[in-house]
Amino acid sequence: MNSNLFQLFLIFLKIGAFTLGGGYAMVPIMERDIVDRHQWLTREEFVDVLIVAQSTPGLFAINMASHIGNKITGLMGGVVASIGVALPSIISILLIAMFFRAYQDNVYIEKIFMGVRPAVVALIAAPCFSMARVAHLSLSNLWIPVVSCLLITLFGVSPIWIVLVAGVAGYVWGRFKRQTPDDSDDEEDF
Amino acid sequence: MLFLQLFIVFTKIGAFNFGGGYAMLSLIHNEVVEKNGWLTSAEFTDIVAISQSTPGPIGINCATYTGYTAVLNEGYPEWMAVLGAVLASVSVLWVPFLLMLTISKLLLKYSKNQTIGNIFSVLRPAIVGFIAAAAILLMSADNFGSPSNQTFQFAVSIILFLFSFIGTRLFKVHPILMILLAGLAGLIIY
Repeated sequence: MNSNLFQLFLIFLKIGAFTLGGGYAMVPIMERDIVDRHQWLTREEFVDVLIVAQSTPGLFAINMASHIGNKITGLMGGVVASIGVALPSIISILLIAMFFRAYQDNVYIEKIFMGVRPAVVALIAAPCFSMARVAHLSLSNLWIPVVSCLLITLFGVSPIWIVLVAGVAGYVWGRFKRQTPDDSDDEEDF
Repeated sequence: MLFLQLFIVFTKIGAFNFGGGYAMLSLIHNEVVEKNGWLTSAEFTDIVAISQSTPGPIGINCATYTGYTAVLNEGYPEWMAVLGAVLASVSVLWVPFLLMLTISKLLLKYSKNQTIGNIFSVLRPAIVGFIAAAAILLMSADNFGSPSNQTFQFAVSIILFLFSFIGTRLFKVHPILMILLAGLAGLIIY
């Protein structure tokens, strides 16, 4: 086995194992190992990968791993990095699932989770507000998240349909906007 | 047939997940809790709690746990359940992995492209709605206790919810610490 491949595997294994909660928590570690220590990518290339990983469907961590691996050592690199980043989470959840299965009906475990559940719902609700800033929410487009939320909660619509419709709507709206010139282009000059 | 269904459902979840992390929760909830009944709403919340405190992305964590549990609930032996867990985890990964390898170069080139920007200008706000929907769907009697015949649990849940919400929003308390505190509170109060 190529030593680069093995190193790549180890690095992503480490990233997968030590970023609790996943997602963006891994970015600084990736940056340090891949840009600073091994200099496999320049900082600029790294930021480009970051942007693409955010706008491609799927899990952010896997997107990063497959792309960076592929860029460094080709297809095998992408495969090896992805396996590395996913392995710790699969193994740890499997162990927890087995444990949980055995102790599910334990009184103390149930008490703990009765306390944890409302807190988790709060943890999910909280980022809505910071996400609102990232998505540039204003009075003019506030209806989009409201409608998408109502469709899911009240009518049980699958988010898949909303992704498809929102994508098409954004495309059509963009075409329409371009056909009526003199509005958006001017504003940006000020 | 369960295995084929696991494969299809988690492939869908992987392929249509934009925004990652919490944004995919409403999609997973829709498929795993509402449509297929593989997990109860409370079990689902428990996994989110566990995901927050274990390595790896929430998407893989959910897939692993659901695969394991669904297969066991159908009465298959333990080793089949482990197989189910691995199958579900791989299913959630393979589409994004291929997409990342094939279209990432294109995206990289067009990431500042107007059309892609337009699509995301509608998609991003919609995704904020997904997260809100996940939070609202989980505000259920399963997680909070019912206000009429579990009044005490319901009241405690509301207080824990508010504490956690304010703690993460205003005081930036780390999610894992928040979960630990809520679990401790549950253990003491109930």
